[in-house]
Formats: sequence, structure tokens, C-alpha cells
Amino acid sequence: MTARTFLVRGLIAGFIAGIVAFGVAYLVGEPPINAAIAIEEAGSSDAVEPHSHDDAATDPAATDPAAEAGHSHGEEAEVSRDTQSTWGLATATIIFGTALGGVLALVSAIAVGRLGRLRPAATVGVMAAVGFTAFYLVPFLKYPPNPPAVGSGDTIGARTAKYVTMLVISVVAAIVAVLAARIMARKWNGAIGVGAAIAGYGVVVLVAAKLLSPIDEVPAGFPAELLWQFRTASLTVQLALWTTLALILAGSIHAVYTKALAEQDRRELARAL
Amino acid sequence: MSQAVAGQTLSGTPQLTVPAVPVREIMPWLVFFAVLGMIAVYFVSAEQGATSLFAGTNIHEWVHDGRHLLGFPCH
Repeated sequence: MTARTFLVRGLIAGFIAGIVAFGVAYLVGEPPINAAIAIEEAGSSDAVEPHSHDDAATDPAATDPAAEAGHSHGEEAEVSRDTQSTWGLATATIIFGTALGGVLALVSAIAVGRLGRLRPAATVGVMAAVGFTAFYLVPFLKYPPNPPAVGSGDTIGARTAKYVTMLVISVVAAIVAVLAARIMARKWNGAIGVGAAIAGYGVVVLVAAKLLSPIDEVPAGFPAELLWQFRTASLTVQLALWTTLALILAGSIHAVYTKALAEQDRRELARAL
Repeated sequence: MSQAVAGQTLSGTPQLTVPAVPVREIMPWLVFFAVLGMIAVYFVSAEQGATSLFAGTNIHEWVHDGRHLLGFPCH
């Protein structure tokens, strides 16, 4: 097994995972997005936006009524809704999936043979689970994604900075936790090493989540049920993407591994004769 | 870190050996693809949102739904 073995399979697995994620996103993600856009367009004259005037004292960020002016989801947008929900969505999930597949494959290539006695497929599975948790689930729990009509265009810079900060802390803590788990597993045993590493990671991200200020921009009157639907849809999309990626990559690496084992057995048998 | 074989032998039972790829060999690939992956993810997640390398909103509009659903802050 070489870096190439992993990378080629990871890119293919990621590409396929991106297509699967597109399918899931189209089916479960588009309905709440469309519902939110309908609210955004209906609400620009009443319930949603104009709160900024009355609440200016309590919410200093929401002062620009024209914040959404340069950004339109209707038919007059530069890219039509039909294109956004099909080709645009597919482009995003496939690029994201392929990039993730390549990186997960190379991270797995380093991890295989170095995580206790875990076999290659299991190692890939562990790396995918760590990746999903660190790169998506934990940032998601701190700063859950919002559908259109939620969030002021003015604060996109600050919100992105916060999200990326949480993400970087989570990913760095996860890398350190995996390395620490290896050392502790050698010193004591696997269960203690893994348990302590998970606990350590948990403490770090909980402290970070406590210190980072919240984002509170859901307009009054925005349906809570729709928000929940959108956020669980986002979780479903990412779960579908990571699961597909992990299954295909682990499966194909397992095939390479068993082939190599059979080859090795045959050679040993030949030598014994 | 560079042992070629990890995890053999448990009390005589023929334990499967798991070959490890040398870190030296993977590192350049990992660094290169991590950078490439970050650029790709940047365009999906943040271009023409928090920051803009290119003027206009076409990239933002094109990946709009994916950006929302993949969990990134969007407008």
C-alpha cells in the first residue's frame, strides 16, 4: 500500500459521496430552503426584516434595512433557483466531497498500521468518525447553520470568523487527541488511551464553545419548526456524505489489504514448500 | 513512527500484519492536498460571502444551496 493506493480511492469515494450528498440535499434540504426563501420574500415587507428599526437599541448590528439588497433568491437573481438547487448544489457537494475524500484518504494512509492493532478498514472508519465529529458535528453544535432569511448580511464576516475559529480549535484538538491516545494506549492500555483522549477533546471544545460568543440572529417570528428542519437536513446531508465516503474508502482499502494478505500467504506457502 | 509493521503476535496465533506507509512518503501528498482541499472548500464555503477574491456574486449564487446545507454561514 502506498500513498497512491489511498489517494486514488479517496478521490473516487469522495466524488461518489458528493453525488450521494447532492441527492440527499436535493430531497431533504431543498424543501426547507424553499420554504425559508418564501418567508424571506414575503417577509421583506413585514414580519422578518423591519425589526431592525425598533430593536436597534438592543441589536446594534441590525441597522441596515437594505442589507439583503445585493443578494436575491428570486427569479431575478443572477443564478436561477432551479440552477441553484440542481447544478449549483451538485457542484458544491461534489467539490466538497472530492476534497474531503482526498484529505481523509491521506490522513488514513498515515493512520493505517499505527492505531494499535486496528485493521485498515477499521482505521479508515475511525478517521472518518473523528473527521465528521471534529470538522462538522462540533462546529455544527456551537454554530448551527441557518437557512436563507436568517442572519444579517452585515455580520457575515464576524459569523464566518467565529465558525472557522470553532472549526480550527476542534480539528486541532482532535489531531492532538488522536496522537495522545496512541501514546497513552502504549503506556497503559487502549481503553484508557481512547477514553482519556475523547474526554480531553470534549473538555477543550466545551471550553472553546463556552468562551466564543453566540450568534443570535434568528428573526422574531421565524418558524422554529422550519429552522429545525433545515438544521437536521444539513446534518443529514453531512452524515450521508461522510458515511458514503467512509464505506467506499474502507471497502476498497479492505479489498487491497486482503489481496495483499493473500499474496503474502501464497509466497509464504511457496517458501515453505 | 516509521515502523514498517505494527501489531503482530498475540501468543503464537498468526496475527494479521498491518503494513504502514512511511510518513515521509505521505507527508508531501498530505500537505499538497490539504492546501488544495482548503482552497476548494473555501470557494464552496466563503467566497463572495465573508471575503471576496472575485467581484460579483456569481460564485456565491452558484453554490448557494450547498453552502447553506453543508453548514457554512451564508449571507
